[in-house]
Formats: sequence, C-alpha cells, structure tokens
Amino acid sequence: MPSAYAIELVKAGADPGQLRLRGTLWLAEAGPLWTELRRLESSAVRGETLDFEMSGVERIDGGAMALLACLRSELHRRGVKSEFVGAGERVHRLIHLYGGDNKVARLRRRRPIGTFNQLGRATLAILHELKLVTAFFGQMVVSSASLVRSPRSANWRELPATMERSGADAVPIIVVTNFLVALAMAFQSAEQLARFGANILVADLIGISVTRELGPLMVAILVCGRSGAAFAAELGFMQVNGEIDALRTMGFGPMRYLVLPRTLALILVMPLLTLLADLAGILGGLLVGVWHLELSVRGYLNQTARVVSLWDVSTGLIKSVAFGLAISMIACQQGLATAGGAEDVGRRTTSAVVVSLFSIIMIDAAASVLFRLAGL
Amino acid sequence: MSDPIVKVEDLSFGWDGALLQQGASFEVERGSVFGLLGASGCGKSTLMRYLVGLDLPLGGRITIDGQVPDQEVDGRPTFGVMFQSGALIGSLTVGENVALPLQEWTDLPLDAIGGIVTAKLRLVGLERAEDKLPSELSGGMRKRAGIARAMALEPELLFLDEPSAGLDPVTAVEFDELILELNQQLGLTFVVVTHDLESIFKIGQSCIMLDRESKSIIARGDPRVLRDTSTDPRVHSFFNRTRLEVTP
Repeated sequence: MPSAYAIELVKAGADPGQLRLRGTLWLAEAGPLWTELRRLESSAVRGETLDFEMSGVERIDGGAMALLACLRSELHRRGVKSEFVGAGERVHRLIHLYGGDNKVARLRRRRPIGTFNQLGRATLAILHELKLVTAFFGQMVVSSASLVRSPRSANWRELPATMERSGADAVPIIVVTNFLVALAMAFQSAEQLARFGANILVADLIGISVTRELGPLMVAILVCGRSGAAFAAELGFMQVNGEIDALRTMGFGPMRYLVLPRTLALILVMPLLTLLADLAGILGGLLVGVWHLELSVRGYLNQTARVVSLWDVSTGLIKSVAFGLAISMIACQQGLATAGGAEDVGRRTTSAVVVSLFSIIMIDAAASVLFRLAGL
Repeated sequence: MSDPIVKVEDLSFGWDGALLQQGASFEVERGSVFGLLGASGCGKSTLMRYLVGLDLPLGGRITIDGQVPDQEVDGRPTFGVMFQSGALIGSLTVGENVALPLQEWTDLPLDAIGGIVTAKLRLVGLERAEDKLPSELSGGMRKRAGIARAMALEPELLFLDEPSAGLDPVTAVEFDELILELNQQLGLTFVVVTHDLESIFKIGQSCIMLDRESKSIIARGDPRVLRDTSTDPRVHSFFNRTRLEVTP
C-alpha cells in the first residue's frame, strides 16, 4: 500500500530549512515516518533553523503529532531552532494540545550513582530493615505481655481457623513427604548396613534422625512454604488495600489482631505436625525394614522404642516451637512492611520465605550445638 | 443515529445466577461522551466489562465498529480502557506502563516510543512522573496515567470506569476538562461509567440510566434534559438528588 504521506527537506540559500509534510500522518505508519524524519533532520547543525511546514497535512493523529513534537524538542536541545508553521486550524489545535508550541525545557542530566554510594545505600537499607525487625519483635513481646495480663483482648476468633489452615490442611502433605523422605533414606542406608549384617540398625538410624532432625526440619520447611508465604501475602495485600490502616482506626492493633493469633496458631500446630511427621518417618523406615531387609514388624518397632528416647522426640518438639515462632514472626513482619503495590507483595512474600528458611537452618544449627554442649 | 461506534442489542447479563440487566439496547454515537449511569449495584461497571469483552453476556450482542469485543482473542486493541484505580502495572514505571502497548503492537524504535510516551504524559499533565512507580502517585495521577496508557495506540474509543471517584473536587474538574479537551480536539469517543452527576452534566452528551429493581434501562438521552424534564420519579430523584418517595 503506498504511503499516505510525503516528507521533503527544503533548504535554499540563507532561508530557514523546512521539513515539508503532506498527506495523512497516522500512528500506524509512524515507524517509517520516524525513520525518514530522523534521516532528513540529521543534517541540521547548531545555529540552523529547521521548521515543520504543515500546510499540506490533511489529517494527523495524536501518535504522529507526538512524534513530531518530540523531534522538535530534540532539535531545540541540539541548538537547532524549530517551529511548526503553516498549519491549518485543526492541525494547529493538535500542535497546541501536544505542546508543539511550548518552550522546550532543558533536560537535566542524571549523574550515575557511584559504587561506594550504592554500597552505602545498601548497607543503610539493611540496617533500616534490621531496625524494623527488632522493633517488630519488641512490639510483639509487649503485645504478648499485655495479652497475658488481659487475655480477653486477644482475637481468639481467628485462632481455630488459622490452626486449621496451617495445621489440619497441611497434614496430608507433611505425612506423605516425611514418609517418602524416610523411606528413601532407609533404602540408601540399607545396603551399607546389610554389608555388615547390621540390618536392624536401620531402625536406630531412622528413629533418631527423624525425631531429632528430619521430622521438625521437614515440617518447618513445608509450613514455611505454605503458611509463611500465605501470612506474608495476606498481610501484604491487606496493607496495600488499606485494610490494616482501617483496622488501626477502629482500634485493632495489627499486632494483637493479626500477628499474635497467627503466631500462636503456628506455635500450637508445629509440635503436633512434628509428631505426625515422626510417626510417618518411622513408618517409612519400617516399610523398608520389613520388605527389603526382612525384619519383623515387632522387631523393628521394639528396636525403635529401645533407641529413641523421650528426649530425642522432645528436642524435635522444642525446635519445632522455635521454628513456628520464627516463621510466623518473619512472615508477619514482611507482610506488614509491604508498601506500594502488587510487586511489593510478591517481593515481601519471597523475602519472607527465604529469610524464614535461613532462620530455620540457623536455629537448627544453634540448637544442635547447644544440646551437644549441654550433653543432651 | 447516523454513525454508532458501539451497538448493544438485547443484552442480558449477570453473575452467580443473578440477572443484573435484561434486554438492554443502546447505541453510542461516534465522537460523543456517553454516560452509563445508575445507583450503586445496578451493574454499571459490570456492563462496562461486557462492553470491553472481558466477560461474555448471557444473551444479546455487542459490537464495536462492527466487531464483537472478545479479550480472549489476541490482537491489537481497537479501544482503550481506564479502570477505576488506573490499574497500572505496579512493577513498571509510569512511562513503561504507557510504552507497553506501543512496544507490543507497533514497530516503532525505542526513541520514537519514548517520544510518544513523553507527549502522552504531557497531555495528561504527568510529564514529571514518567520515571515514577505507580505506588508513588496519588489516586488522580494514577487515573491520568491510566488514560495516557489507554490512549497510547490512538484508539478512537475510550472506556472510563468512575473517572472522578475518589478525586478531590479540583482534580475532578481538571479531569472533566481533560476528557472534554480530548473529545473536542481529538474527536475521541468516551463511554464513562459514573454516578458523579456534576461531572456527567458537564461532559456528557447522552447517557442511559440503569435500574437495579426493574433490571432495565429506565432513561436515555441528554443528562441535562433528563434532569429537567423526566417525569419518572426514579429518574427525577436520581438526577435531582432527591429522596425517592415509596408509595405503599
């Protein structure tokens, strides 16, 4: 299809240069129009004049006008004088609407940010975040203390529902995951143990590792992915939507109304989920012991009961409470720190999961060292 | 009507099994500012979703320039939509939001797109907000940016959902003036969902009024004429902000 427009560069002696535009200029043809305009205007140098002669323009839409206005601004910034001339009334109105007759403002040049400056800003941002987390923890302690003094002020209504979402709804995935992980671990170790005729020791290995480490750790990772992410996203969206501010204005502090029920729910469900995970893990080991190592069910369970002490199970439960507290605190803090829009909700949710996972590993390592030092 | 750009014939729509409107028919004249009016909950914003093809109606037919709008079908949009909150993409700057449709649907080089974006933002008075994120803008600025994005591809038709809702009176008046200017200078057609009477009396050339109870259009025409001459008590009460007397 032939172009509905034509452009001609007219330069005669000392007269001002002109870009003569004719025909119909649409955004649909803006690609070739822009290329041609750039080619023709590139010869103009500082101190010269290059006007847009518009008398032959029959129709022009906003997109094409925007391009011409942009080019005029660029010419001005290069020191080339440029105006729209000869436009009919309708085209002139459009020139005015798109600021084609405005004085062109100078562009402010942005200076790049130096490496040290960036490093300093990042350090300050981390310190600020740490300050917020510390303040959040402080607020939580204060709110918990006031809750102990006046239990009726708590938002108990949300507790059962949160426990159901974080606990009961997570049971299938936790049972299946722990069963399969213990089963895989038992298979891996079975061959080595069989080589020494120590098949029965698979019960020791699975029993102790599941109750002390694997059970609470797997539960924490799964709860972090399910409930931690959900808490952060939910509170983040509430923050973005102004719901948190609305609660504040009605006298519901977010700490008391939103954070404490979630934290309490996780603290209560984590040990229960860990016990289920322990049982599922032992069952996984039992399956391998019975079907692969030809142990009897009674023999496997007796051996497990003999080597796994109440303290082994208790260490896992104690750690699970600490994991629950950390997941809930970090997720709620990140959710409430959301500012801006949907992007920040996503960023805070990711951050909640990553920081929670890191904290879980740190707590686990610290607990292992402490229990060992205490001879437990 | 000589040249309707939007044609709605015998439209029925609703959700969750509840019918909101039944048998609605109307036309929007090219180059006009057309209002969709009615009390809260009558289905104004829902009707707009059907008009722009976001949902499929239960019955009837909508055509825009002879085409049935369907957002399930990929393709260059023939009209622009500004949602109530602006609906800017939060992870992109204002400039990037406006550039988005141009990058997708034109073959323009980046510097040309940048030029159009700057001009469009200047048009709505946001030339200094090009590098800002939507979260850094006020409600009115987000709406203005929403209009700039809706106009990026030079559509002839723009749908605006509650353009003046949540704006202070000065910003609302400025917004009305912007719509009028775009309508008069560029010849754009606007379909405006609103219950801001002051605004529609100023910018609207024709309108329809939806009614929740009868699930139908109960008035159509020039909003100022409806205000002054309608004998239907529901219409009179709505346009004159008076209490509707319910007869036992």
